[in-house]
Amino acid sequence: MNPFGLPWLELCLVVPLIGAAYVGFVDDALQRSRWCLGFAGATLACTLMTCAGYYAGHSPAIAAWWPWDWADRTILAVDTVSAPLLPLVALLHLLTALATARTKMGRFSFAGLLVGAAVRLAAFACVAPWPLIGLLALDAVLPYFEIRRRGRPARLYAIHAGLFVVLLGAGWACVDAAAEVGSVLMLAAVLVRTGAVPAHVWVTDLFEKLPFGSALLVVTPLAGVYAAVRLVLPVAPEWTLEAFGILALGTAAYAAGRGVVEHDARRFFAYLFVSHASLVLVGLGLHTPIAVTGALVMWMSSAVSLTGLGLTLRAIEARVGSLSLKDFRGLYSQSPALAICFLLTGLAAVGFPGTSGFVAAELLLDEAVGSHEAVGLVVVLTAAVNGIGVVRAYLMLFTGCRHVTGVALWITPRERVAVLTLVALILGGGLFPQTYLETRHSAARAVLRERHDKLKQVEDARNP
Amino acid sequence: MLDAERLMTILGCLVVAAPALLVAVLGVPPLLGWRLSEPATVRAVRVAIMAGLLSCFTVLVVMPFAGDRSAVVDLGEWVALRPPGMDHAHYHFAIAFEFDLLSAALALLSFLLCGTIGTFAARYLHKESGFNRFFVLLALFLLGMVTATLADTIETLFFGWELVGLSSALLVTFFHERPAPSRNALQVWIAYRIADAALLLAAVVLHDMVGAGDFDRILGTDPWPYGRSILTEGQATAVGFLLLIAAAGKSALIPFSGWLPRAMEGPTPSSAVFYGALSVHLGAFLLLRINPLIAASVWLAAAVVGLGILTAVYAYLVGAVQTDIKSVLSFASLAQVGLIVAEIGAGHWISALWYVAFVHLLGHACLRTLQFLRAPTLLQDYRGLENAIGDKLPRPPGLLQFAPATAQAWLYRFALERGYLDALLTDYVARPFVQLFGWCGRVERWWAATLNGETQEAAAVPAPGPASESTGPQS
Repeated sequence: MNPFGLPWLELCLVVPLIGAAYVGFVDDALQRSRWCLGFAGATLACTLMTCAGYYAGHSPAIAAWWPWDWADRTILAVDTVSAPLLPLVALLHLLTALATARTKMGRFSFAGLLVGAAVRLAAFACVAPWPLIGLLALDAVLPYFEIRRRGRPARLYAIHAGLFVVLLGAGWACVDAAAEVGSVLMLAAVLVRTGAVPAHVWVTDLFEKLPFGSALLVVTPLAGVYAAVRLVLPVAPEWTLEAFGILALGTAAYAAGRGVVEHDARRFFAYLFVSHASLVLVGLGLHTPIAVTGALVMWMSSAVSLTGLGLTLRAIEARVGSLSLKDFRGLYSQSPALAICFLLTGLAAVGFPGTSGFVAAELLLDEAVGSHEAVGLVVVLTAAVNGIGVVRAYLMLFTGCRHVTGVALWITPRERVAVLTLVALILGGGLFPQTYLETRHSAARAVLRERHDKLKQVEDARNP
Repeated sequence: MLDAERLMTILGCLVVAAPALLVAVLGVPPLLGWRLSEPATVRAVRVAIMAGLLSCFTVLVVMPFAGDRSAVVDLGEWVALRPPGMDHAHYHFAIAFEFDLLSAALALLSFLLCGTIGTFAARYLHKESGFNRFFVLLALFLLGMVTATLADTIETLFFGWELVGLSSALLVTFFHERPAPSRNALQVWIAYRIADAALLLAAVVLHDMVGAGDFDRILGTDPWPYGRSILTEGQATAVGFLLLIAAAGKSALIPFSGWLPRAMEGPTPSSAVFYGALSVHLGAFLLLRINPLIAASVWLAAAVVGLGILTAVYAYLVGAVQTDIKSVLSFASLAQVGLIVAEIGAGHWISALWYVAFVHLLGHACLRTLQFLRAPTLLQDYRGLENAIGDKLPRPPGLLQFAPATAQAWLYRFALERGYLDALLTDYVARPFVQLFGWCGRVERWWAATLNGETQEAAAVPAPGPASESTGPQS
């Protein structure tokens, strides 16, 4: 029996949707959490089988089932770009569910988490442009309803989500007729979605309006980067990518500077995310094989390390309430394991040697310096300032005073498993990076090959 | 039968593996929620350091018998990205360690001093709540020192360099219950990050110029200190200045000197090994390692000499007015580091001075460790002497007293204010930075509130005002 013969990719989407439907009917919060974990675990298993199937030589794909002009096109497929992303996205959802504190289970939407997982997995496996735009739009719209459900103002989010969808749709609609205009619109959409200045306010706002876990899952998979890789990079002319890279570089530096002076822990995290998402875009903007490899590696390592950092912050918040970075909290003596996890994941996010972010930062920097010394200098300074921000946050939260409490603040077994899994990935990827680096290198070459072919077609069409 | 080369490779790997294993043995159990007992921690430290020390010593002894003045332990390519069907890598990152007179001696000294400090700290920190944490950070520091000193590629050096910086900053904040160590640790970390950024930039620029970060390609294959750089004078000057910034940050040379006395907030054993002996010399070691660049560029050499002398004079003046023993020792240490750096720069004209600087570094590290460890009991002895004679002990007059009367007051003020370095960096770098980004933050909040249709009171947003209203991080 061929284990890869089963429709694993279809199951990746169906399992979480069934799970969401079922979990929605469970009344008890703890039971909901357990069922959610079961379905999220099953989804992870399906994505792992899909990924293994791809590397074993099977190419799972779902063709369009509707009859009209899409009939001959594959909509969902696993390729070199998406193969490792699917298990990663599923893992992030599973660990977020796992690390949800019992005190927060009543308010956390486990059904929403599973629906979000299905939508994001579908988006990250989608290779057809219009369905991808539709799925990314759905992914952008879901948080709007959650903000509304919580009775918080959602206009800012709605404006930015709407802007993203309109720009992306309009860009793709006119890319065949006017490649430059279409590319500019789509690049603008990507910049809005990843939080480029001044559109980054939606990210900080989201972290203030949504539960930390939900906000984390909206941003850390970096759906905007996926849009850039699938839709924009293959067709964007040279100068638009350069302008895109410069804007992203400015955002990365600005967000690093804002993060290091920020007093609110959630907003600090949001700035750290924006800075890293922008650094990924800088790599894409340079569009050389090494730079794109660096960007793809940083995409995955940032997703893992920032999720770990976010889950640690969320675990601390669940114990002591909202976190200010203005005064010392001295939590180390109460929860040393959380302190170590915070430091490890934070340092991994800023590319500390020995962690998965290091090689990504090195690759990116190497190409940045090659393109222009000033670009390299800004990338280095951004990384340095982000590093200062992470250690400052660590010192503010965990040191400086003795935190006295009558309640035990130790890490729970579920949180420990969640954070240690991410730490293992961070250290494993940092100490033995070659294998996953090769997969990202091959993905980068595939993306650039596609770009080369499409630009050649355009050139041939202009000069028959 | 093992031949000499294979023996060297095995021993060389053991030199690096011993502290790495120690980090794993001491660092993983707390993550899993297990607690190592004090005796088990001390035993692990002793075994690992002895293993590393003996291996390093054996390499030093075997090397001349193998007929070499240096031995390279090449662990191959850690990362290599090749397009299919091509031998040439798009990008590669090799891990190699070189044992020569310079690196092996400093690695040996690192094991020796960390072993001594480990034994001292086992009693000094007995029953301290951070006992295990201290030894984890000491192990991390040892791994960083050994990796940085033995590195044969600039990327490997960067790896060790960062570990030294992180462990150093975390040990400054060892006493978690007080805010001052945390604030000082942040300042140390900021200085280190600037140094790290310069080193990383230098590494990437070298990669760009030479196509690799291997020292033997950049600095020549001749044994230290006779290597010849393949870079042109302009290239050597550019890269050399970046490395000089890195060295200045790590060794607390001007203008980064302000962090050194702040780092004394850590426990005495860590002050001894970090700021008296090893960490503070790492910048000087880097300059010794890149001596072919100094030989190739007269501008770089002059800058190194100038910076070294300035730092030595500064440290002497400031050290003369310090009132606590650890600060006095830290500035005395800095004065010597300044002299060592000046000797390294002067090696451009008289190459024998590189040997002088090297011996000076080793001797100073040992002496200063002893002084730091002796400091607490020395104060006790002084107190006993003063009680016995019924008066304060006489102090020898310092050089400041020989200055003209008009200059004396200014010099005292200069020394008490630590050369105004902290004030300058705070007023002209840190504060404008914090004010600018604080103002941006307020504009953002106002903009977000406007888009959300919230009143500023509801969103708790202050209206964007002048930049001077901003408040900065606690530091």
